[in-house]
Amino acid sequence: MSTTTFSVTVRVWRQPGPGQPGRFVEYPVGGVNPDMSFLEMLDVLNDGLTRSGDEPVAFAHDCREGICGTCSLVIDGKPHGPHHGVASCQTYMRSYKEGDVIVVEPFRARPFPVIKDLVTDRSAFDRIQQAGGFISARTGSAPEANSVPVPKEVADLAMDAAQCIGCGACVAACKNSSAMLFVAAKVSHLGLLPQGQPERDKRVLAMVSTMDGLGFGSCTNQYECSAACPKLISHDFIARMNRDYAKAVFRSAFRPVAAGAGD
Amino acid sequence: MDLVRNLFCSSIGRKLVMAVTGVVLIGFVAGHLVGNLQVFESPDRINGYAHFLQSLGPALWFARMFLLACVGLHIWAATVLTLESQGARGDEPYRVKRWISATFASRYMRGTGYVVLAFILYHLAHFTVGLAQPASFKENIAHYVMKGDYHVLGVTVTAAGTEVLDVRTMMIRGFGSPFVSIFYIVAVGLLSLHLLHGAESLFQTLGWRNRRWEGGLRAAVTLLCAAYFLGNLAIPGGVLLGVLR
Repeated sequence: MSTTTFSVTVRVWRQPGPGQPGRFVEYPVGGVNPDMSFLEMLDVLNDGLTRSGDEPVAFAHDCREGICGTCSLVIDGKPHGPHHGVASCQTYMRSYKEGDVIVVEPFRARPFPVIKDLVTDRSAFDRIQQAGGFISARTGSAPEANSVPVPKEVADLAMDAAQCIGCGACVAACKNSSAMLFVAAKVSHLGLLPQGQPERDKRVLAMVSTMDGLGFGSCTNQYECSAACPKLISHDFIARMNRDYAKAVFRSAFRPVAAGAGD
Repeated sequence: MDLVRNLFCSSIGRKLVMAVTGVVLIGFVAGHLVGNLQVFESPDRINGYAHFLQSLGPALWFARMFLLACVGLHIWAATVLTLESQGARGDEPYRVKRWISATFASRYMRGTGYVVLAFILYHLAHFTVGLAQPASFKENIAHYVMKGDYHVLGVTVTAAGTEVLDVRTMMIRGFGSPFVSIFYIVAVGLLSLHLLHGAESLFQTLGWRNRRWEGGLRAAVTLLCAAYFLGNLAIPGGVLLGVLR
């Protein structure tokens, strides 16, 4: 069985290194198979560039099955390409046709500096996680199952939040480069569960403060983030985080302090 | 002092300031409209109402200062958040930008906000201070003598026979100018658009919106904004059409 291949033109952001000036370069890509993923099309482009002695286009990729959150392209103005709820690696070339011109840009945000071409440094997300994305429960051997009962609806909601793969598409899609959907998902998935309660207030205060400090913008409730999210994390979690934050601000301001306590 | 720092120096804190001041201001504009719609009844109503408000003395000034503080905080939060967010994109903008889900009203909040601010200043100069149309300003026209009592919650607050400022005539003469009327209509139209995003958005910021009732919330807010616009359209519109005389 033969498949008809076609040609497209990609207009790609090329930047030799961090802080260096970049520009868009147009490349024709022939022999595109509709069953290729978008990243495989870039592989074909890089194969050609390498053969002709040019520098291949650097782009981030790892699992290529939509679960690792490494791929990070803004394709024709939308993070992860034209489809709803898929990452760039699961965007297939059958979404395009002969002669299409595709603009490929890196995620743009001051806290996500470009390392090279389409690769950005998203370690800002790690720093937010380090500020509070953990619990202090005893870790050791696995506890007795169901020793801490969790209602099914709560577990489902926590799992919805835990779906976040930390790719940063929410930041890339937001006109304010806000990381609120990411932070909300991380705050909520622990905050919903009984194991996450001891640090619930400290967590939301610390993660929001770190997010602000890293230079992410704020939310204007336009929900571009959840629309671009490859895991379809709902912006309901942002509302939840806002409520958690408001409660934590007042609770922490009025909590009693023991005599002789340091603070 | 953590409370002040968390509310005024963090992104979510400033958004909470924006939402809470927004609630106060929505309450004010809604009440202001309902009060002003009394212009469609006998002159005793709106003139007695205006006299009652003026007679509140220190309470009136307290309310004015409170509203001014809310406007100030609302603008401050919007400015600071916008500047920070603009800086967050970095030096290189996107070559191609596509909106996915943002509503029309949400994309023009800054623009509609500027028009609302200009409108507030003009409105104060027009009907509160008397700078815009001094000839028809309430203090420069013949006073009105109340024919009956004006009651608030069953209590007579402006008695028959009291000589009061003729606010009704001031409004009708003021809106007699088509330019002024059209400016008011356009401005309240944009204010309604501002509220269409703001009144819904504040529920998200306060954490009270979710998927289960977002349809109902959006419908209620849309209805409220449409009613607010039509109510405001009625006064200059009524004067222009000659219904209000």
